[in-house]
Amino acid sequence: MNLFSKLVNDVSRLWANYASAYLGGMWSTLKLAVVATVIGVLIGLVCGILNTIPCGKNDSLPRRVLLGLIRFVVRAYVEIFRGTPMVLQAVFIYYGLPYFSNNTLRFDDIWAAAILIVSINTGAYMAESVRGGIISVDPGQTEGAKAIGMTHVQTMVNVILPQAFRNIIPQIGNNFIINIKDTSVMFIIGFTEFFAFHRYITGVNNMYFPSATIEMIGYLTMTLVASFLLRWLEKRLDGSDNYELVSDDQLVMAAGTYSYPDRGSPFDERHKPSREAVIQEVKFGRNRGER
Amino acid sequence: MADTILEIRHLSKSFGSHEVLKDIDFTVSKGDVTAIIGASGSGKSTLLRCVNLLETPTSGEILFHGKDVTGRGVNAPEYRSHVGMVFQSFNLFNNMTVLENCIVGQVKVLKRSKAEARETALRYLQYVGMAPFINARPRQISGGQKQRVAIARALAMGPEVLLFDEPTSALDPEMVGEVLAVMQHLAGEGMTMLVVTHEMAFARDVSTQVVYMNQGVICEQGPPADVLENPQRQETRDFLARFRKN
Repeated sequence: MNLFSKLVNDVSRLWANYASAYLGGMWSTLKLAVVATVIGVLIGLVCGILNTIPCGKNDSLPRRVLLGLIRFVVRAYVEIFRGTPMVLQAVFIYYGLPYFSNNTLRFDDIWAAAILIVSINTGAYMAESVRGGIISVDPGQTEGAKAIGMTHVQTMVNVILPQAFRNIIPQIGNNFIINIKDTSVMFIIGFTEFFAFHRYITGVNNMYFPSATIEMIGYLTMTLVASFLLRWLEKRLDGSDNYELVSDDQLVMAAGTYSYPDRGSPFDERHKPSREAVIQEVKFGRNRGER
Repeated sequence: MADTILEIRHLSKSFGSHEVLKDIDFTVSKGDVTAIIGASGSGKSTLLRCVNLLETPTSGEILFHGKDVTGRGVNAPEYRSHVGMVFQSFNLFNNMTVLENCIVGQVKVLKRSKAEARETALRYLQYVGMAPFINARPRQISGGQKQRVAIARALAMGPEVLLFDEPTSALDPEMVGEVLAVMQHLAGEGMTMLVVTHEMAFARDVSTQVVYMNQGVICEQGPPADVLENPQRQETRDFLARFRKN
């Protein structure tokens, strides 16, 4: 108990001295994670969409070659950036570019470098998630859209992507939370986010454990808030569980002046007997005499 | 005939080495209600999907108002917008409400204004008795209701032919009636329809032409009175006898 109160004491002392540093670090971490996740998801969407362009035997040769090439490039991108650690990618890009181009190409802005690296890393993961999200939408949806004359692009934009996007939100959430945590490796290129301040502060005063406690609580707070917001977004996109029935009068009023050609409907009063007859017939079969 | 809408000529379709459709020939004129019957696996659905170009025919021609639509360089989406299709599994867009389902095609494909599309959609939803449910989502309504919305969605595009691919096979017996009632009413109004069905009563009473398919070929076709009541071929007789027993 004594040790515990000592920890509380240390933590509050650290916090009193360095609150602005910790909070600033959290803010940088969040900004980087949000921006990089958004850009990464966009990269993933583009890759996933490019990867699912239908390509049949009937298509012309140039089209097939082009699509094959696109698929190869996307595949290579995904495999390379998924298969190497982000720390190394950061080093490779941040220090590699100036090395390779005799200092003509380099990042003057550490933010740009960090965002680029985390984004393309997220994009590589999201590309596969998006592809999965697209192919997991029921093929009947595509057929329904084609059957009313939609082109591939119209089908994608109006029918498939909204549903695929809904399906990949958990994946986006995963990546966002991973990004909040994994941006800590950006210290390697000198990007100061939440974890960098831990290193800086403990370098000054040696209070490793209390500082780590603050870091833990800080990261957990950020990820919990992120999870909560994503769940909320999911619910919003699902729409309401309930719906209101609309009466016919309201429809006429809402549609303003519309003039029916009165062809009647099988569901109006006039057709009730014939409608009932069909329903009865299906339920009970017809009478012997009518066969 | 002058008002021939669809002409299927020597249509064949293979999946690999399996020939599903062999040399299919038939004609659909304006106002025809053609019922395609036959056992499962006889190629009925494939035939219908070929007509709508959801499957690419291996050989043969499909003439729509005299123009072949199977060749390269044919604008398939444009052609499909004239040929409505209703599926066994409804295929309503899950991310939209009932009303949006009926509007989206008109706005995106036919480039109608939102207001006009809404009006047309409401008219046809009222026609199929689904107007009160415009704000519901597909997952919230029953199978029969979904199928009626699917019919309204197809009608809203103003198609010249409506294709029905076993529209009642996925429905409870209770709901079959409400869908058949709509189809019967449509037929009465002169809509040209091509219906793959197992509902023999519907074929007998509503259709003007019955096509019996067996193992990928058209075994017998003609007016329902001939094919259903007085079949010429032994296969047709066997098939109908099996049906009567059930």
